[in-house]
Amino acid sequence: MNLSRKWLEEFVSVSADDKAFAEAMTLSGSKVELTHDLGEEISNVVVGRVVEMARHENSDHMWVCQIDVGREEPVQIVTGAWNVHVGDLVPVALHKSTLPGGKKIEKGKLRGVLSNGMLCGLSELGLDTRDFPYAVITPAAILGDYHPLDKEKPSIPNHIQPGHKIYGPVVAAKVTGLTAAGDAYDVTLDTGSGSASAATPCSNLHEGDLVAYNTKSNTICTLADLHAQQCEFPHCIDDGIFILHEDCKPGDDLKPVIGADDHVVEFEITPNRPDCLSVIGLAREAAATFGQPLRLHQPVVKAEGEGSLVDLLDVETPAADLVPRYTARMVRNVKIAPSPKWMRERLRSMGVRPINNIVDITNYVMLEYGQPMHAFDYRYVKGGKIIVRRAEEGEKLTTLDGKEHTLTANHLVIADEHRAVGLAGIMGGENSEIVADTADVVFESATFDGTCIRKGALALGMRTEASAKFEKGLDPMNTLPAVDRACELVELLGAGEVLPGTIDILNYVPQPKVLPLEPEKINGLLGTDISRDEMVDILQKLDFQVDGDAVTVPSWRGDVIGMADLAEEVARFHGYNNIPTTLMRGQTTLGGYSPEEQLERRLGGMCRAMGYDEIITYSFISPTCYDKIRWAADDSRRQSFKILNPLGEDTSIMRTTVLPSMLEILTRNYNYRNQNVRLYEVGRIYLPGGDDGLAVENKVLSMGAYGSDMDFYTLKGCVEAILKDLRAEHIRFEVPCVPNPSYHPGRVADVYVGDRRVGVLGQIHPLVAQNYGVDAQFYCAELDFGQLMHMDRSVPEYVPLPKFPAVTRDIAVVCDEAVTVGALEACIRKGAKGLLKEVTLFDIYRGKGVAEGKKSVAFNLVLRADDRSLTSEEADADVKSILDTLAADLGAVLR
Amino acid sequence: MKEQLEQIRREALAALESAQNAQELDALRVKYLGKKGALTAVLKQMGKLSAEERPAMGQLANEVRAALEQSLETQGKKLEAKALEDRLRAEALDVTVPGKGVKTGHRHPMYIALDEIKEIFIGMGFTVLDGPEVELAELNFDRLNAEEGHPSRDWSDTFYFDTDSRVMLRSQTSPMQVRAMDSMDLPIRIIAPGRVYRKDEVDATHSPMFHQVEGMVIDKGVTMADLKGTLNTVVEQLYGKGTKTRFRPHHFPFTEPSCEMDVQCHKCGGVGCPTCKGEGWIELLGAGMIHPNVLRMSGIDPDVYSGWAFGIGLERTAMRRFKIADLRLIFENDVRFLEQF
Repeated sequence: MNLSRKWLEEFVSVSADDKAFAEAMTLSGSKVELTHDLGEEISNVVVGRVVEMARHENSDHMWVCQIDVGREEPVQIVTGAWNVHVGDLVPVALHKSTLPGGKKIEKGKLRGVLSNGMLCGLSELGLDTRDFPYAVITPAAILGDYHPLDKEKPSIPNHIQPGHKIYGPVVAAKVTGLTAAGDAYDVTLDTGSGSASAATPCSNLHEGDLVAYNTKSNTICTLADLHAQQCEFPHCIDDGIFILHEDCKPGDDLKPVIGADDHVVEFEITPNRPDCLSVIGLAREAAATFGQPLRLHQPVVKAEGEGSLVDLLDVETPAADLVPRYTARMVRNVKIAPSPKWMRERLRSMGVRPINNIVDITNYVMLEYGQPMHAFDYRYVKGGKIIVRRAEEGEKLTTLDGKEHTLTANHLVIADEHRAVGLAGIMGGENSEIVADTADVVFESATFDGTCIRKGALALGMRTEASAKFEKGLDPMNTLPAVDRACELVELLGAGEVLPGTIDILNYVPQPKVLPLEPEKINGLLGTDISRDEMVDILQKLDFQVDGDAVTVPSWRGDVIGMADLAEEVARFHGYNNIPTTLMRGQTTLGGYSPEEQLERRLGGMCRAMGYDEIITYSFISPTCYDKIRWAADDSRRQSFKILNPLGEDTSIMRTTVLPSMLEILTRNYNYRNQNVRLYEVGRIYLPGGDDGLAVENKVLSMGAYGSDMDFYTLKGCVEAILKDLRAEHIRFEVPCVPNPSYHPGRVADVYVGDRRVGVLGQIHPLVAQNYGVDAQFYCAELDFGQLMHMDRSVPEYVPLPKFPAVTRDIAVVCDEAVTVGALEACIRKGAKGLLKEVTLFDIYRGKGVAEGKKSVAFNLVLRADDRSLTSEEADADVKSILDTLAADLGAVLR
Repeated sequence: MKEQLEQIRREALAALESAQNAQELDALRVKYLGKKGALTAVLKQMGKLSAEERPAMGQLANEVRAALEQSLETQGKKLEAKALEDRLRAEALDVTVPGKGVKTGHRHPMYIALDEIKEIFIGMGFTVLDGPEVELAELNFDRLNAEEGHPSRDWSDTFYFDTDSRVMLRSQTSPMQVRAMDSMDLPIRIIAPGRVYRKDEVDATHSPMFHQVEGMVIDKGVTMADLKGTLNTVVEQLYGKGTKTRFRPHHFPFTEPSCEMDVQCHKCGGVGCPTCKGEGWIELLGAGMIHPNVLRMSGIDPDVYSGWAFGIGLERTAMRRFKIADLRLIFENDVRFLEQF
């Protein structure tokens, strides 16, 4: 919401500069986003009067002007514009001046002639003709500027003279005299055979110019009249200098003349305060903030139009629940015209483009009162009846923006007896738009159900300024003053005749809200010691009525429903920063991490200790990710929570596996040529089947790595280290019983702790890597957090240190390739007779000396008895038993 | 004989003095004190001496032996020390050669920021809660006083899983307030960090998934002054003692009064600069006194209990903490980025 400080000044006097104003308003609850000095970029630009003009001797289109800028001597300025005449008031950018867009003007020579600045057009001042409709330039076709499309065959002869016929009644004529007459000019012409005089709106004429004169209509031809293209008359354009028709004199600063002396404050208004989406609402806040009186104005409508509103207009609201209040007045014999400068300036400062007086009035009232208004052409209200009803299914309506909409019963329309003429609260219909010849206007000032408007606007994808206001729920008490204000402005602007009487349909019973004033409770909530008097004072400044202990809430404050809301009002103006700061009292509570969180921290710590960097990945993925990790089309794990309104396919389903997320990040790092990467994340997966239709959100420790220091056994070692750190008991790694399509079939293991499968680790399948566009070996592990949480974990208990020395023996056995080290180890433990304490693999050998299809596996054995020193014979007996078992069970023989 | 002994003493002591290493020293020991050594040879002649001479000579011989042994020991120690010194010198390393790398992993910067926040609150007796991200709209909105029609419920703002807008991705961590009230005994002091989701396209400051930390206190007699005091303490711990804060009125459906908390801009000290967009303050978090409706909906009597709550955006906190310029870096997970923290 933008606020013009000039407009604000009409309601409350605040002398603070923009910064102080912004700070104070922000701290009292109206957050200021920006302040903007409209004239900030304009400097050293003044009003000048053209006192003398001469054609530039070295140019066919420039003029050398002497301009009175209120100094002793006029300044000389060269301009290429043709719409300037002696006596005109013009904006003059003097030497060392600045213009919008950071443009700097300095003196200089134009084709050898000194120019001490620049005369400005509208666009150079950041304006356009909607801001100053009178500044529209209609160029005449000046024959001296004629550039034929085809030089061989000019449409107008080269050396045409006054009196020569151009076509039909059109002849060439020379301008012999020119006098301004309001927005037009009276021109005397030499028509060759005699003289003529004509009135013309064309402002680019000067004495001596040769023009095309239509003897029949007594007009000077424009390009359009000659059916000429712009390029044929390159200097006869609808652009030029902004000729000021304002009350000003040479030397005046231009900024106030064009309304650029205002400052605009941009507020962020929270949705609970639609009343602040208006000048009056913000003025009330400003008045309370700065302790200044609020000067509200009561609209006065003379209503001198002839006729009776009741005879002309009838309003019905069959959808009463959606139309709390509908107020309307009528204006006859409307004269559509531009609105006056002060109104255009105010609209513009608030970011609204001026259109015409009637439309501008509706916008003005919307800004001032916060009440959206709609004006529609009475002649299109067939039967003189307005019906506010739900749209019929499939009903069609073309809105003001020219778009056709197909409506449903959820839309509310303004209709006559036959058809819809507007989308209530959103946008008017094209079929009832105010146009140049509109004679009778109906002003509608209504409130509609916020949800209905919001949903309607959303369904049509057309959130308008009006709908944005209505959807927040507007004050029905505001419709009448607003429509009266509109009518008052109509009379003020002389834009039409207001009919006496008002149509006002109330479909609700106004019930002012009354709350008890409870100073102790308010102080209790805030932790303050604010006096009752101060509270009353604050509330009254905001137009709450306080009568004893009863507080009546103003109708526009629908957000205030209880003590806490009153407390906020008090706190805002007492000052949030004047509330003391205290530390919490009361019962002490024991803070801390949950067991889950502790596990998560421990896992993270272990991963980092082993060189893994933590990553954070999106929880949503693309459904195609399941294809990329080669899950079968009918894999039940593909059943994912699907977002119905995702940002895009890539983020449309909730992942049921962390693998694609890890692979994506590994790939990204690989593509960045980062070497030896190790990553981990404790991420969630989202499985269907939770309570209340929610997800089962399981956490997974996801590890991923690649590089020269990574292989299957390195990753396995990391997983083992983590499990050992957690004191997992009975850790096993097994070839998965169901093939895992995402991993290399020969380099993957399921991880078990006891009988609990806690996860999987291995090398990513080359085809999966290929799907990610990499040819590297990626290694990943996925450990189920819940399983880690609940697996068997030993509690450390002291075991006395050995008192007797151990005997170590190395054995190497030759066995079939198919026999796993795990099987050999198990067999060794089985064969031992109670003295074996440790078995450690130290070598696997294939090649010379070992038969094809066999391998030699070497273990280091540690044997020890707890109660005596072992003799060599005892150790040998144990080793023999082990070797016997290896040979018998696995055919592994001592090498 | 006396002459001989004196000569041995002179010679031997001189030789010992000039010995260069342990071997030489040992050779000298053998040469003079060994079984066939010079001194031994002289002593063997003792028998030939007269009874009168013998004691004096014996004494002298013992003196010479003692002197030699003494010298042997001193010299031995000296040479040992020298040998050690030589060895250590020979073993000296170029200590500027880089150490052999032990590569440790790095905590993600956002979680570093989160850990700091958690530690502070745990120290104040808060419990850390975790909850679902796929959440009921009832908990994310209705129970937080954001009724039907609240703009944040729009499909353009929030991700939904069903056409009834019943199940959604939580748009804030605030439903954890409701879950805490429903499941915990009073008084409550919790923080609940976690992922939240909003329909924002990815850019330098937006992401459809980001993180918040929710905090809530409910007890008898909890005041807005407590809220201010507690959050000020937190900010001082996060940003250093004496960090200035200010509280501004704001609006959230589930708190009343509501506020936003700003910290004074660290760059300009409050004068105004590009970092704080000229305001001198940087918005840090939203907070407020829990709305009586919210307490009531959770079966807590607002006439007996009161509470406050806050929500803080984690990405922004981490970005400010580590001067990270672009939010996308957080989720890109480039190790060259991660390993800076």
